[in-house]
Amino acid sequence: MDMEFSPEDLAFQKEVRDFIAENYPAELRGKQDEGEELSKEDFLAWHKVLYEKGWVAPAWPVEYGGTGWTPTQRFIFSEETARADCIRLLPFGLSMVGPVIYTFGTPEQKAYFLPRILSGEDWWCQGYSEPGAGSDLASLRTTAVRDGDDYIVNGQKTWTTLAQHADWGFFLVRTDKEAKAQEGISFLLIDMKSPGITVRPIITLGGEHEVNEVWLEDVRVPVSQRVHEENKGWTCAKFLLAHERTGIAGVAASKRGVEKVKAIARTEVDGDKPLLANPFFKRKVAELEVDLTALEFTELRSLAGPNAGKGPGPESSLLKIKGSEIQQRLTELTLEAVGHYGAPYFRGFGEGDNEHPIGPDYAHRAAPTYFNVRKTTIYGGSNEIQRNIIAKMVLGL
Amino acid sequence: MDFTYTETQDMVRDTLARFLADTYDFDTRQKFIDSETGRDPAIWTALAQELGMLGAAFGEEHGGLGGGALENAIVMEEMGKVIAIEPYVPTVVIAGGALKTVGGAQADAMIPEIIMGNAIIAFAYAEPQGRYDLANLRTTAKKDGSGYVLSGHKSVVYAAPWATHLLVTARTGGGQREAEGVSLFLIDANLPGIVRRDYPTVDGNRASEIYFENVAIPGDALLGGEGAGLALVEQIVDEATVATCAEATGVMQKLHEGTLEYTQQRKQFGVPIAKFQVLQHRMVDMFMEVEQARSMTIMGTLKLDLPADERKAAVSACKAKVSRGAKFVGQNAIQTHGGIGITQELAIGHYFKRATMIEGQFGSADYHMDRFERLTLAD
Repeated sequence: MDMEFSPEDLAFQKEVRDFIAENYPAELRGKQDEGEELSKEDFLAWHKVLYEKGWVAPAWPVEYGGTGWTPTQRFIFSEETARADCIRLLPFGLSMVGPVIYTFGTPEQKAYFLPRILSGEDWWCQGYSEPGAGSDLASLRTTAVRDGDDYIVNGQKTWTTLAQHADWGFFLVRTDKEAKAQEGISFLLIDMKSPGITVRPIITLGGEHEVNEVWLEDVRVPVSQRVHEENKGWTCAKFLLAHERTGIAGVAASKRGVEKVKAIARTEVDGDKPLLANPFFKRKVAELEVDLTALEFTELRSLAGPNAGKGPGPESSLLKIKGSEIQQRLTELTLEAVGHYGAPYFRGFGEGDNEHPIGPDYAHRAAPTYFNVRKTTIYGGSNEIQRNIIAKMVLGL
Repeated sequence: MDFTYTETQDMVRDTLARFLADTYDFDTRQKFIDSETGRDPAIWTALAQELGMLGAAFGEEHGGLGGGALENAIVMEEMGKVIAIEPYVPTVVIAGGALKTVGGAQADAMIPEIIMGNAIIAFAYAEPQGRYDLANLRTTAKKDGSGYVLSGHKSVVYAAPWATHLLVTARTGGGQREAEGVSLFLIDANLPGIVRRDYPTVDGNRASEIYFENVAIPGDALLGGEGAGLALVEQIVDEATVATCAEATGVMQKLHEGTLEYTQQRKQFGVPIAKFQVLQHRMVDMFMEVEQARSMTIMGTLKLDLPADERKAAVSACKAKVSRGAKFVGQNAIQTHGGIGITQELAIGHYFKRATMIEGQFGSADYHMDRFERLTLAD
């Protein structure tokens, strides 16, 4: 047993580091530093750089456009991108529907959709949750009724992230009302420009428009856009949920977050010392780092363990729970660090008087981010559901 | 020992609760928060002139009802229940408290104006470098003839955009963090040289950065002794802290009630989610935090008249407990609601935002635990 990178791994690390330094879009960096909201083009700018390099989908099998990296190389890559504060690539195409399509899709579906996911040509959204089906996803009520070579889809989805930009959506729909909850569900790929689709914004606590309601009214979807067999959509859903949880630990991003909190706490003054010298604050940062190390090594064990490469198992629930809790504690500490300047609210409010600033720049998004990140223990299967999974699948209770 | 309220106190609570039920439903609140000025001034006027509520904590000699800290707590708990944005704490509790303590001509002139709803007073005390230390001041007031010249920058002054007057802490002497040399001034909000940058706050209030650029103020703006104001500032901030804990109690109660209600309606896996034991225990824990917040607020309120060190220890115990409770109840209310809890549409998220801001207001849990330790656990 050892935890050192091999010389090859170290060379790879340098290659990645150099590539990011030379190719990360400068304009994007500027917007991130200013805490500006990112546009669709911003999200795609880094995606396209990685696509051209062939690094956009490290987790995919090589035959579909993956990199063929070892788990350690993938770990290094995600570590380096987070270290350099690169934006996270959106998961809906690359980590969610892509793997479902290459695992369960027809040759035609693979040939059409996979290259477009890689290039970023299609923006995907996820039509899973419904107003009455959240944690109990299998109780969903959106229906798809066969009509010749089409399904007619009716229903309402919610919490659909960035659907306002989406070209395509993958939807769970009920194709058999008589079957047991999980057995009558199918997995459909739906063109978001289809007649009958309405996307309505949901504004969240920090003032963001990230999520939407999606209404489907007599939407015609060709049967050829169903992935896997009819009524076997739950298999895809379970596969995808487990996939969604990998990387949800967010270790590398949280490490970067810890460094940001430290930088803020070195700048903030407490009496005649930096806030980071305050023993209470310092202890909380230290505890966070200890917990993050525990998370990191738990993730590394699962990456390098006997199941490496076989896809995530129920242990990924542990990574999701602890990872999301750490993300939330980071935003708590940031808000605490900025003191009074957590209160000003900047959305829709022009800055521009540099002589009379409203607190330091790093404080501007502290509270909205804290509010927003409450979602991490709710989405992707709430942490209560993740604990149920561990109880059942790991502990056998 | 008696923890019952007097008839007058019950009447204050009932009158205010009824008024707020009629005027301050969530949708109405959201409407005026989003308006240009961010408030409905008719509410403040009605609180003053129709309900006599702004006089509840003032003596009869000034036209008040003869109450004090308990009345302030009652008012703020009810305000918390509707997440009101009315500037009661800075105007009545803080400025009113300072005026009551100082007495004399300044009190006789201003307290009736507060009671009638004519004066709104914002408290400009925090500074960018100061965190929660009330003596850490760079703002200066330099003697100039019979008056002073005020210079400096005050941070996040709640209610300043609406204020007719500002209550300002400034140094007339001493070093940046010294106890000596702190003075308190009550000034007109529109004096030449006052530059204000107004903004909304994340909890639905309005606040300002205030820059004093050589503002000439009259000598009679000084409240209390020159350079000896810190004790008074600490006293009024303690009073405000306890009143804010009372507000927190109202906010937390609503977060808890809203969660109970939601979990009994929301069905998943064929049953109301309130049937799940893990959520039941969580809601029990929330309930215990609400009850303890109420207990600590009463404790803190009753000890406001003790000698300074005992008062400070009690207030710090109260705020540390309530800050942590507010975080626990707020976070768990959102978690238990799930996605719907993080939307702007439901009131619950707005209670959470206010609870979050209360955590740090007048000192975080860490700040108050530290002050409590220093006062009670000396080596």
